Amino acid sequence: MRLIVGLAVALALVCALAIGLGETPLSAGQYRQAFADSASAPAEILWAIRAPRVAAAALVGAALGLAGAVMQGLLRNPLADPGVLGVSAASALGASAVIALGLAATPWAVEGAALGGALVAGGLLTVLAARLAEPQSLILFGVALSALGGAATALVFNLSPSPVATAEVLSWLLGSVANRDWEDVAAALAPVVAGAALSLWSARGLRMLTLGEETAALSGLDMSRRRAAAVAGAALLTGGAVALAGVIGFVGLAAPHLVRRLVSDDPAAALAPSALAGAILLVAADLAARMIPSAEELKLGVVTALFGAPLFALVAWRAARSWRG
Amino acid sequence: MDPLSVKGLRVVLGGRVALDDVTLTGRAGEVLGVLGANGGGKTTLLRASLGLARLDKGQAWLAGRPVAGLGEVARSGLAAYLPQDRRVGWNLPAWRVAALGRPLLPARLARAHAIAALESVGLARLTERGVLDMSSGERARVLLARLLATEAPLLVADEPAAGLDPDAQFLVMTALRERAGQGAAVVVSLHDLTLAARSCDRIAVLAGGRLIAIGVADVALAPDILRRAFGLEGGVIASAFGPVVAARRAP
Repeated sequence: MRLIVGLAVALALVCALAIGLGETPLSAGQYRQAFADSASAPAEILWAIRAPRVAAAALVGAALGLAGAVMQGLLRNPLADPGVLGVSAASALGASAVIALGLAATPWAVEGAALGGALVAGGLLTVLAARLAEPQSLILFGVALSALGGAATALVFNLSPSPVATAEVLSWLLGSVANRDWEDVAAALAPVVAGAALSLWSARGLRMLTLGEETAALSGLDMSRRRAAAVAGAALLTGGAVALAGVIGFVGLAAPHLVRRLVSDDPAAALAPSALAGAILLVAADLAARMIPSAEELKLGVVTALFGAPLFALVAWRAARSWRG
Repeated sequence: MDPLSVKGLRVVLGGRVALDDVTLTGRAGEVLGVLGANGGGKTTLLRASLGLARLDKGQAWLAGRPVAGLGEVARSGLAAYLPQDRRVGWNLPAWRVAALGRPLLPARLARAHAIAALESVGLARLTERGVLDMSSGERARVLLARLLATEAPLLVADEPAAGLDPDAQFLVMTALRERAGQGAAVVVSLHDLTLAARSCDRIAVLAGGRLIAIGVADVALAPDILRRAFGLEGGVIASAFGPVVAARRAP
C-alpha cells in the first residue's frame, strides 16, 4: 500500500512537471494567468493542449504497464509483454488498414479499427485461454497471431495506393500522444477501465499460477475463468492503449520489472504498482520527446525504445537472480 | 462414501498403457502409500484419480461424485494435490506460497494458516524467505505446507518426501499422518520402502501400470511383491526403531 501511494505521488509530480514544461516557455505571470483566467492563451496551452496529452500518456502507460504485469503473471514469464499474444499486432493491423484505405480523416475510424483488431484477437485468445491450461500453447498461438498481424500489415504497405498513406501508417505505428484532446482520452477510458477491472479480478489466479497449472486446477479458484479474464483484460488494455497512441513498446515489459522486487515477486501485488510505474515512465518519456530539440518531434514509441532498451537491460541484469526456476 | 475411489482405471499415454485396470479406495482417517518402480504408474494413478489425466476406461469418484463431472471449484472442495513438479514461477516468500492453500480467505487469516502449516513441516524460521532462495528440500516442504494448509478432505501428494533429509522425511509424514488423524484421507506416492512401511496404514504397489498388491506393509511388501515390482529380494524386518525393509537386487 505504501508503494502504491508513493508511486501515485511520483506520478502526480511527473504529471505536474509535464504540464508545466513544454516547447513554449511560460513566465511566472503567465502560469498565474493560466489558473486565474480559463479563456487566456496560457490556460489554453496548459489545460487544452498539454494536460490532455499528459493524461493520454499516463493512461496509455498505465494500461500497458498493467497489461504487461498480467501477461507476465499469466505466462509465468518475465519476457512477456502486452504484445506477446499478438493483440498489439492485430490492433496495429486494424488501424493500418483503415489509414491505407484513406479513412484516416473519418472521426474515430482509426481508433475504432485499432480497438476492433485488439478485440477480435483478444476474443480468440480468451476462448483459448479458458480451455488451455498450459501457457506454452497460448504463447505459440500468440506468436502465430503476431506473425499473421505483422504480415497482413506488411501487405497493407505493399498494396497501399499512395506513398503518403504509407508514411501515415508508419508514423502512426511509431506511436505518439501528440495532439490528443480530452475527447480522445475519454474514448480510450472505457476499454482501459474494463480491462483493468478484469485484470484485478484475475489477480488471485495469477498468484496461484506461480505453482503451476495442476496445483491451480485444484486450488479452489475457478482458474479457467480467471485465465480468461486475464487475457480479456490485457487485450482490452492493449487495445485501448493502441487506439489512443499507436504501438508503444517496452513500457509493458519494463514496468513490471521495475516494481517486482518491491512486491516480493507477487504477481497479484505487482498489478497496481506496474500500472503506476508504466504511467510514470510514459509521461516522462513523452516529456523527453517534447523537450529534446529536434527538427521533427520525436515519436513516443521511438523514445521509449531508445531509452527503454538500455534501461531495461540494466534492470534485467539485476533482476536475473529472480528468474530461476 | 470414501473420499477417493477408483474402479477399473486405464490410462494410455503416448501409445503406452500407463495404468491398467486399477481399483482402490482412499479412506478417511488413513494414509495410503502408492509404491512402484519408475514408470510403474504412480503419478498417473494420482493424476487420473483427480481428473487430471484422460481416462481410457474406468471411473474415479471423489466423495462419491464422478470426478469427470466436477467443476474446478467443486473438485477443489473435495481434494487438494501436490504435484511432483516443484517448479515455482516467482520468488514469493514461503508464507505467501503456503497461504495459497487458502486462496479465498482474507490475507491475515490465510497467513495464520500458512505459518501454522510451515511450522508443522519444520520451517517456522523460514516463513519470510523467498522460495527460490531456498534449497530444493526446503522448497519442497513449503509446497507441502501449502497442501497441509488446505481444508480438503482428501490430500494427494506425489513424492512429498523426495529430496528431503532423513529427519524432514519423518517430519512430513508425521504432518500428513496428523491430517489423517483429523479425519482426512491421505494418498502419497513414495520411493522409500521403509518410510512407507512405517508411515502408511495401507500400501498399494503398482508394477507396469497394474495394481499387484494392496494392504498393510507386511502384505504389500512381501518378498514376492518386492521381486515382482522392483526386482528386489528382501522383506520387512521388525527392529527396535520400527519396521525396516531390507532388500538387495535379485540375482
